[in-house]
Amino acid sequence: MLKFEHVSKKYKGGKTAVSNLNLEFKKGEFIVFIGPSGCGKTTTMKMINRLIEPTEGKIFINDEDIMEKDPVKLRREIGYVIQQIGLFPHMTIQENISLVLKLLKWPEEKRKKRAEELLSLVDMTPDYLERYPHELSGGQQQRIGVLRALAADQPLILMDEPFGALDPITRDALQDEFKNLQKKLDKTIVFVTHDMDEALKLADRIVILRDGQLVQCGTPDEILREPADEFVEEFIGKERLVQAKPNITTVEQIMNAHPVTITSDEQLSNAITVMKTNRVDSLLVIDQEGVLEGYIDVEAIDQNRKKAKDVADILIPDTFSVYKDALVRDTIRQILKKGLKYVPVVDEKRHLVGIVTRTSLVDIVYDSIWGDEELERAQ
Amino acid sequence: MSAIIDFLNNNGSDLLIKTWEHLYISVIAAALGVIVAVPLGILLTRFDKAASPVMGVLGMIQTIPSFAILAFFIPVLGIGKIPAIIALFFYSVLPILRNTYTGVKDVNKSLLEAGRGMGMTGWERIRYVELPLSIPVIMAGIRVSTVYLIGWATLAAFIGAGGLGDFIFSGLNLYQTEFIIAGAIPVTILALIVDLILGKLEFKVTPKSMRDKEKTA
Repeated sequence: MLKFEHVSKKYKGGKTAVSNLNLEFKKGEFIVFIGPSGCGKTTTMKMINRLIEPTEGKIFINDEDIMEKDPVKLRREIGYVIQQIGLFPHMTIQENISLVLKLLKWPEEKRKKRAEELLSLVDMTPDYLERYPHELSGGQQQRIGVLRALAADQPLILMDEPFGALDPITRDALQDEFKNLQKKLDKTIVFVTHDMDEALKLADRIVILRDGQLVQCGTPDEILREPADEFVEEFIGKERLVQAKPNITTVEQIMNAHPVTITSDEQLSNAITVMKTNRVDSLLVIDQEGVLEGYIDVEAIDQNRKKAKDVADILIPDTFSVYKDALVRDTIRQILKKGLKYVPVVDEKRHLVGIVTRTSLVDIVYDSIWGDEELERAQ
Repeated sequence: MSAIIDFLNNNGSDLLIKTWEHLYISVIAAALGVIVAVPLGILLTRFDKAASPVMGVLGMIQTIPSFAILAFFIPVLGIGKIPAIIALFFYSVLPILRNTYTGVKDVNKSLLEAGRGMGMTGWERIRYVELPLSIPVIMAGIRVSTVYLIGWATLAAFIGAGGLGDFIFSGLNLYQTEFIIAGAIPVTILALIVDLILGKLEFKVTPKSMRDKEKTA
């Protein structure tokens, strides 16, 4: 849908704003450009609708080289939302929303209908159509700003820090609203921000830039899990990385890889001994290949001491287990919901690979509260 | 009182004709000023470097006494209404040009960026954004300019353009106060009426949403 090929922008003074950028995005992706000020994120975005023209390289939209298109025509096919909102104060809301349609010479009737239709997308009543921008709150104004960019049903929308000037509560609400809208309408969005929280919340893919260079491009999860370098780490912020840990760490990363186990053909007396030496009240049962079969606990042994001889006789099968790639976040939820004391961890073939106990959870909680200090102490 | 009635009996129709002439000279000069100065003002916002020299030259012209300009046009254009209109036109340009330039220049840059980004051509930006937003300022320039021209147009009588100046100069030459008054008062009234009409027009062309602000400001 959108492709950058060796794109560079040098200004006349010799300053390089963007250098040799190669990116490719799919239709319907929510792409966020982020970086400190002066990193070239806005320049990169503005090159897409030729408000700034690249000095080298090519940009393609649906395989069409944008430099071969008429800039005015190109811009009418791309939605554009700016930070300052930029509604025209002398036009009513309807006129503002349908301005692009007017430029495209739609008849008045159709323009009005379309404006009403769009207004309903953000739950605003049609009586707003006749009002003027200054009669609306900041949040409402930017909603209109967004609708204006959707008016001609442009498949691609550029947004330059659109929520930057809003108060935090309104910003939050608008982000949610807009993300839903984007999914519903299946738009490709190129969104510029310097707010990492915003990027993590909205993006399907985040493009991190510094001094006009691409530093990292990946999903929010990828970036949180594996920041490309120290700059990215710093930019994300230690706090966020630690906080994000339970969200992106997998069970495998925190589990105890040496659970106390016993094979099902062992005798019960052996099981008791194992329990005693390891000071545990239950054992995970595996077969010869290490596949999880179930568990036994001290209560069951006690009750069946006389009748049963082997572990297999009192085995409680169908233990709840999780895969090693499962997210810690989800596992914690399960443990708390089901009131479990522990959860065995298995691989794709149900081989037992570890165990997550309530004690492991304590570690996580400890990390996310005091992990920062520990990191500092370690340095 | 009877003196006034006597005067009007003798010169009434003449007074009407002269008032009409006066209005006509000044309004045409002002209209020409608008036709030239508004586009020029917009053009200057596109060539910022040219703006201050152009304004400077026009400012200089403005400082030349109007009498001198009128006299200057006699050898070139002769006497009569046309040279008078042209001379007055020069005076009308600067206030309109300056206001147009400032008005257009003051239009919020982010609005222009929004316009450009959504695919407006240069002309569409002028038509839908810059002109509507700067029209109050431009109109103020036109108003000031026209009112001044009505005053200055009295001097046009000097080069045979007619108008209420005829009365004033006759009065001065013949030492007849009533003629001077009969020229001066209608000029004042004319200026006030035109100012009022242009004020109304200014309100009318100001975009609706900007009218309240004007009032409170």
